[in-house]
Amino acid sequence: FPGLADVSISQDIPVEGEITVPVGSHSPDEDYSTLDEPVKDTIMRDLKAVGKKFVHVMYPRKSSALLRDWDLWGPLVLCVSLALMLQGGSADSKDDGGPQFAEVFVIIWFGAVVITLNSKLLGGTISFFQSLCVLGYCVMPLTVAMLVCRLVLLAGAGTVSFIIRLIVVGAMFGWSTLASTAFLADSQPPNRKALVVYPIFLFYFVISWMILTFTPQ
Amino acid sequence: ITCLVMYLFAEFDDAANLLAANPDATTISIDEPVEIPKNQHSRLQEPGREEDDELLGTDDSDKTELLAGQKKSAPFWTFEYYQTFFDVDTYQVLDRIKGSVFPVPGKNFVRLYIRSNPDLYGPFWICATLVFTIAVSGNLSNFFIHLGKPTYHYVPEFRKVSIAATTIYAYAWLVPLALWGFLMWRNSKVMNIVSYSFLEIVCVYGYSLFIYIPTAMLWIIPQKVVRWVLVVFSLCLSGSVLVMTFWPAVRDDNRRIAVATVATILLLHALLAVGCLAYFFDAPELDIPAPIIPAHNSTNKVVLEQ
Repeated sequence: FPGLADVSISQDIPVEGEITVPVGSHSPDEDYSTLDEPVKDTIMRDLKAVGKKFVHVMYPRKSSALLRDWDLWGPLVLCVSLALMLQGGSADSKDDGGPQFAEVFVIIWFGAVVITLNSKLLGGTISFFQSLCVLGYCVMPLTVAMLVCRLVLLAGAGTVSFIIRLIVVGAMFGWSTLASTAFLADSQPPNRKALVVYPIFLFYFVISWMILTFTPQ
Repeated sequence: ITCLVMYLFAEFDDAANLLAANPDATTISIDEPVEIPKNQHSRLQEPGREEDDELLGTDDSDKTELLAGQKKSAPFWTFEYYQTFFDVDTYQVLDRIKGSVFPVPGKNFVRLYIRSNPDLYGPFWICATLVFTIAVSGNLSNFFIHLGKPTYHYVPEFRKVSIAATTIYAYAWLVPLALWGFLMWRNSKVMNIVSYSFLEIVCVYGYSLFIYIPTAMLWIIPQKVVRWVLVVFSLCLSGSVLVMTFWPAVRDDNRRIAVATVATILLLHALLAVGCLAYFFDAPELDIPAPIIPAHNSTNKVVLEQ
């Protein structure tokens, strides 16, 4: 290189040493390496997260896992299965029957959105999708109740089966309301808690009513 | 609009996350003092009307058409604007419900309870509760009335929920809109002392529907006399709340128009109650403990049709 001819270096200075790049500990997220993992791992991770949330609903404690890592897979699965199980009800051509699939879907999602909006308008500090996640996951006891009701109705549709269904649906309704209140009540301003809890009560009551009044053809 | 709504929610998410990270942070809403302009306004009136002003509502609201008072200063496309309509505590909502069920004679519901802080929480959730109460009670009542009949097959009658929802929400929003428009029109012709904002009228109507919730639950009792007594009773209570609210707003007007307005308000209210009773609740059968005759010959049919 012609320009370097002017640089006066008396002698060649050997440059040697070690170049070490400090490698920190692996970050717990490993976000950038999930592309290479097998598909089974990806799916299992999401499934485990969903399953952990189901367990949280079963034994409601004040844990923030449900709130922090929200996802809507669980609510979607629950809503679809509940709506499917509510099909096949009595639908005469003259009278109207039970709710259709779309009606159940709309009631659950629109109801959850309205309750979330209500809680935010009243000054709640929970985020929109976190609240949707909690309300959706807490539909799980009612889905279990629907399953039990259908099984009981297979055995018969008399008064005894109605009483059993009433007890089961009532217990699950209480469980749902308590579970969702346990998760959501902390994020509300203290003097408005009842104003936020009441719509949740109404929401699960309507779903319980739909489950209880399900009559097969 | 969906993008705008999602953007607003995203913004609010950030704020909510900030608040969640620091839960001790309190949000303070600053109310502009609305007492001062009220007093100024009342001093400008004739002295004879001052005693009415004690009983009547505030009248500074005709300056801000759809807004109540000067405190709604956020632009309407922000979330905070709508939060101002939900600025009520639990005890305030309960007080307003109590005021609608036990009307104090001579006192105005708006002046006493709303006090320039109309909320949308009460009207919305009272209407929602009423919709489901009427649908569920109607279903239960029909079930009990027709229980035991061999030809009866229980249906949940879910379509009626949407009909109930449409009717009740239309009543709770369109009638106040019409009434507010009518009052504004009359205000331009006759100088009224009292005028209400749209939200205050929606509030009064919403809370006045509360009495129908226990009434609908009691309508399950399959006795005609009981049902009609309940209709009259609840109509008296909620009708008196409405009359005491709106009579001061129209009484300066032409006598006939004032009476006609109040009569229309009561008539629509009665129509709602009677219509719900007629549509959602089947008529109870007469208590004839006769066994069901399996064969219908023609003479029986003639007797029945008489």
